[in-house]
Amino acid sequence: MQSPISRTRSPVHPQMSDEVVAEASHLSVVLRGRPVLEDVNFSLRAGEFVALIGPNGAGKSTLLRVLLGLIPPTAGSVRVLGQPVDRGNPRIGYVPQHQTFYESTPLRGRDMVALGVDGTRYGPPTPGRAQSATVQQALDDVRATAYADMPVARLSGGEQQRLMLAQALVGNPELLLLDEPLANLDIRSRREVVDLVRDISRVRGIAVVFVAHDVNPLLGCMDRVLYIANGRAVIGPQDQIVRSDVLSDLFGFPVHVIRAEGHVLVSTADGDECH
Amino acid sequence: MPLTEILQYEFMQNAFLAGTIVAIVASVVGYFVVLRHVTFAGHALSHIGFSGAAGAVLVGVSPIWGLLAFTLLAALAMGLLGERLEGRDVAIGIVLAFALGLGILFLQLYTAYASEAFSILFGSIMGISRSDVALSLGIGIVVLVALSFISRPLLFMSMNPIAAEARGVPTRLLSAVFLLIVALAVSEAVQVVGVLLIFALLVAPPATAMYLTPRLYPALSLAVGLGVLETWFGLILAYYTDYSVSFFIASAAVAAYLLVRLLVWMGVIGNVLPAQAIEGSLGS
Ligand SMILES: Nc1ncnc2c1ncn2[C@@H]1O[C@H](COP(=O)(O)OP(=O)(O)O)[C@@H](O)[C@H]1O
Ligand SMILES: [Mg+2]
Repeated sequence: MQSPISRTRSPVHPQMSDEVVAEASHLSVVLRGRPVLEDVNFSLRAGEFVALIGPNGAGKSTLLRVLLGLIPPTAGSVRVLGQPVDRGNPRIGYVPQHQTFYESTPLRGRDMVALGVDGTRYGPPTPGRAQSATVQQALDDVRATAYADMPVARLSGGEQQRLMLAQALVGNPELLLLDEPLANLDIRSRREVVDLVRDISRVRGIAVVFVAHDVNPLLGCMDRVLYIANGRAVIGPQDQIVRSDVLSDLFGFPVHVIRAEGHVLVSTADGDECH
Repeated sequence: MPLTEILQYEFMQNAFLAGTIVAIVASVVGYFVVLRHVTFAGHALSHIGFSGAAGAVLVGVSPIWGLLAFTLLAALAMGLLGERLEGRDVAIGIVLAFALGLGILFLQLYTAYASEAFSILFGSIMGISRSDVALSLGIGIVVLVALSFISRPLLFMSMNPIAAEARGVPTRLLSAVFLLIVALAVSEAVQVVGVLLIFALLVAPPATAMYLTPRLYPALSLAVGLGVLETWFGLILAYYTDYSVSFFIASAAVAAYLLVRLLVWMGVIGNVLPAQAIEGSLGS
């Protein structure tokens, strides 16, 4: 099938690149006296699709905010795209967790997407820029063109999510940080969003950090997985990390990784049954 | 032509000039007030301005200076409270209560000025001088230039506050600057409609326009058009009937708002695409 996604950076599969887009060494973060991340080490390569998984409160959003330069590391160092982190780096695209819109928000989806191009620049918005080729391309890439002219607040959570993804893409980032894009989606749409983001990552050659608290919707789709729990992190290919022994060790209680007919299921020992 | 008759009088010329300037400025600023959901802050600023105006009358200067001083100070204080919405409205309410108490005290200290208080509360557009018009124009230009300078990042941080912050928009600074802009616009609008009816010019026209279009410039133009027409309507009716201008402006503003909401509710107008367009995008 012909992919409708634009080829802005590299037409070949860029995953083999050794170029590092983000790197943390001995990173520790303490928030209000409470250690959130302790001695975290990883390095992300250009164009790779990394799932960042961990239970609620593990520090996933905190890690993204460190990469964005919004939270300073308490110890250790972080470099993004070859430089120390700096707030407002236009080479990073970011879709935050839980963005809500008031029902009366009066702008169209495409206007919101256009803010990703020039929203940080002073001056009045240029009339008509929401029709520009860049904006249209990003809307096509996330398959949101059909509802791009509706007021944002009238759309479903999943549609708003795609528009925010488009807003992050119009700046042509090299690193895309997506915080829990699967929250509030049903199972089928989850897989659609994962596939969509992976396509975008491949075709545009963008490295993606895809945050989720459940690894299952991402199994088989990610190049590597970065698991965090109890402040610690492990990173590696799925078959080296998504294993009962590795995850049990990280979580500090038994975790079962069940493989059946090509499917993998991650489950905590007896956590899924009602008592 | 009745308008030519009305415009023979200098006080009516001044009223039309100031009313038009204020309607334009208030509608444009009001669009962002509604978008950012800071209508309560706008409401509080106008009432805090009342105390400033009363204080100015007491010390013998023009009420506009008291309005400007009090609203700008209050806007700065609100800006320092930051973006945290939960505690913020409570804090604004407390400052507001104190300011209104002060206003009552100022009035009691000099009861001779009861008529001044009346005009601060309900507007005094018919008694405005040419120099007041010039001042309105000056403030209006400052407001519109400042607002258009920050408008794009302001729009960004109003729509996507966290993403805008991550992209480097100085959100705290800009929200404080925006409140200063609101303070100026409110001080100006008080001259026309008074403290109590500020929403007739600041909130009603943009809120009405937003029901009609989800696009920025058409919505701004509609808001300005409505604000100006409602103001002219008020001035003309007040001239012929001797009732208060602000009563007519407020009535027209409320009528336009309700009419548009009714038409949207009835489905006569609306900015929603056909349902098939939405469904088509979901099934794939
Ligand atoms: N601004 C903050 N101040 C203090 N603690 C915070 C702050 N933000 C997050 N935390 C704490 O840090 C921990 C990690 O939070 P977060 O990164 O949001 O987790 P996750 O995204 O993995 O669910 C949580 O225990 C949370 O309570
Ligand atoms: Mg989180």
